[in-house]
Amino acid sequence: MVTVNIDGTRIEVIEDTTILKAAEKAGIWIPTMCHSDYFEPYGVCRLCSVEVVRGKRSRIVTACNYPVRGGLTINTNSEKIKWIRKIIMEMMLSRWPNVKVVREMAEKLGIEKSRFVSLERDEAEDACILCGMCVNMCSDVVKASVLGFANTGINREVVLPFDERTSSCIVCGACAHVCPTGHIKMVIEDYKGMKPEFTLGPKTAITVPSLQAVPRVPVIDTNSCIHFKTEGCEICSTVCEPHAINYDMKDEIVEIDVGQILVTTGFDLFDGSKMPQYGYGKLDNVYSSLDFEHMLNSTGPTGGKVVMKNGKEPRSLAILHCIGSRDTNHHAYCSRVCCMYALKFAHLVRDRTTAAIYQLYIDMRAFGKGYEEFYTRLLDEGITMIRGKAAEIVEGKWSDNKESSLLVRCEDTLIGKFREIPVDMVVLCNAIEPRKDSDAVRRLFTISKSPDGFFLERHPKLDPTATTTEGVFIAGCAQGPKDIPDTVAQASSAAARILSLISKGEVEIDPIRAMVQEEYCSGCRICNNLCPYTAIEYLEDKKVSHVNEALCKGCGTCVAACPASAMTGQGFTDAQILAELEGLMV
Amino acid sequence: MAFEPKIIGFLCNWCSYSGADLAGVSRIKSAPNVRIIRTMCSGRVDPSFIIKSFQLGADGVVVMGCHLGDCHYQEGNYKTIRRIPFLKRLVRDFGIDPRRLRLEWVSASEGDRFAKVVNEMTEEIRQLGPLKLTGHNGNGKK
Repeated sequence: MVTVNIDGTRIEVIEDTTILKAAEKAGIWIPTMCHSDYFEPYGVCRLCSVEVVRGKRSRIVTACNYPVRGGLTINTNSEKIKWIRKIIMEMMLSRWPNVKVVREMAEKLGIEKSRFVSLERDEAEDACILCGMCVNMCSDVVKASVLGFANTGINREVVLPFDERTSSCIVCGACAHVCPTGHIKMVIEDYKGMKPEFTLGPKTAITVPSLQAVPRVPVIDTNSCIHFKTEGCEICSTVCEPHAINYDMKDEIVEIDVGQILVTTGFDLFDGSKMPQYGYGKLDNVYSSLDFEHMLNSTGPTGGKVVMKNGKEPRSLAILHCIGSRDTNHHAYCSRVCCMYALKFAHLVRDRTTAAIYQLYIDMRAFGKGYEEFYTRLLDEGITMIRGKAAEIVEGKWSDNKESSLLVRCEDTLIGKFREIPVDMVVLCNAIEPRKDSDAVRRLFTISKSPDGFFLERHPKLDPTATTTEGVFIAGCAQGPKDIPDTVAQASSAAARILSLISKGEVEIDPIRAMVQEEYCSGCRICNNLCPYTAIEYLEDKKVSHVNEALCKGCGTCVAACPASAMTGQGFTDAQILAELEGLMV
Repeated sequence: MAFEPKIIGFLCNWCSYSGADLAGVSRIKSAPNVRIIRTMCSGRVDPSFIIKSFQLGADGVVVMGCHLGDCHYQEGNYKTIRRIPFLKRLVRDFGIDPRRLRLEWVSASEGDRFAKVVNEMTEEIRQLGPLKLTGHNGNGKK
């Protein structure tokens, strides 16, 4: 530690700290326009010039990159320094008179007008002030080293290599992020639907997936993280005080021995863009129910406010039921939960805005405890219920012909008329559908699916959580669309079934097993390779095959293949099946 | 009296038998000509059962199992898919039209498909007429 004197304040700092940092510690402000903690000091703006006095001699240095030594006296506000700053600021003002950060800095330093006239005067509000932040960010932090300076003197400019697009740029946006004037912008071309400033998804590469995530820790999206592209950045690990960020962690596959499995793989939301008539992904302010739920969330992107993409509150809103469900073109079944959450949406929107709310439904299915009461309550809240599925959503205009909005075209079957309803926002109640990979999961556990694609239970009434495979249970939307109470009930039932088997300590298995009649077995070993469970072993001493009864599942493939009929399948012996056959032929 | 074919169906317990059950529960109409024998797996269907069925007077035999990849026993239906084509050639040598032997995949969710297969098969056998085997073992059944 060394002691320095800054503007008469004595302060202890670690040797080689920059004057800028030392002054910061002493609570003294030094103006700077090119400094950032993320990269090495660049010293290009010269605004941070300070006077360093050692003995009788004094020097003017830039505070951002001058390391302190013991016994230094530093003046940051002497007349000489003020004069230097004034000249620098006036030169900047003369060249970039309309840039906000330059004007603000000039104001802070008490400079109103420039005495100079710049040959390179740039009136733009977002002119490049050559601070070099983007260049340093790109080379020091991102380590892509795409941006650089070209030319010298008044011709100096920030350029891309050969002034053209380059694949070395990883489009991370760090340059645009640090650019103080907005000269560098991220332009997203051909981005369907959502405007980038109103994306409902995560906005950073390191994010907590959801506030309900367990464990609630941030994860890095390695596809968008700069570190995984260039090995640069690592800003998150430098700011993380407990040093919890580990870039070397990898997904790992852990093998665990278990006796029973509960499959609760949930559902996917029907992709609204499969029904182009509703404009999802093409028209602004058309949301899926999950998007809208996210918007209503008080920790969501809008803080729970119902707003359109232009930031205004919608004047009216339509909620369209049965998108992809109860529709033979997509899913014939009813998704069960939509009617109730649509009513909840209406209730919340009524609570938070003054928008007119339209619900376009086929049938209102308020089937659960307290649900019908909620529906009647909603009717009293002034929600307009229209019985009829919307035909399409098009861009239109309100009668005042000023602001464009959306038009919902539908048939109101209760009054027997076609209607066009002008709305500002549309919420689609998309169907619940089986997971995209449900077939792979199904095969993994050798369980079946019902005609709708959800996993099949052993019996719809008597055994709704078990499957035809012993030890594999299903619950929740993996088995079929259901709401939270039903899911909890089914999952509890499955958990109880699993616990009962655990406490019993032993598993009952079907008595259907293959068995070798050793006196007939010639030891040909045809059956040995057929068994998918490797339950058949060959006894060298007796020269016969033998079935391990604990491994055998009783499929009977070996029985059918045995040329000597030495293998018999209990419950399904040759004699039994032939007797069945004879009985059937009478 | 019109000819009513007798068809023996060997159905695997997990897919096709459940599919047949679903067809019944869903009240899907299907021809009553297929008489079902349940086996744990279509791989259990011994070729001799099929020959025996024809010998005992069946006009057709249908073996139904899970779709490939869906077998409850992982690969039993792959054994079946190798056996049936051989058997078709064998029954042809016996003078039996190979169309009288069918292998079909019906999953537990395909009640409608079960009915369709049964109806198609029944109609086809009806067109083929009764199976007349000559030189049988004379057990008096035919």
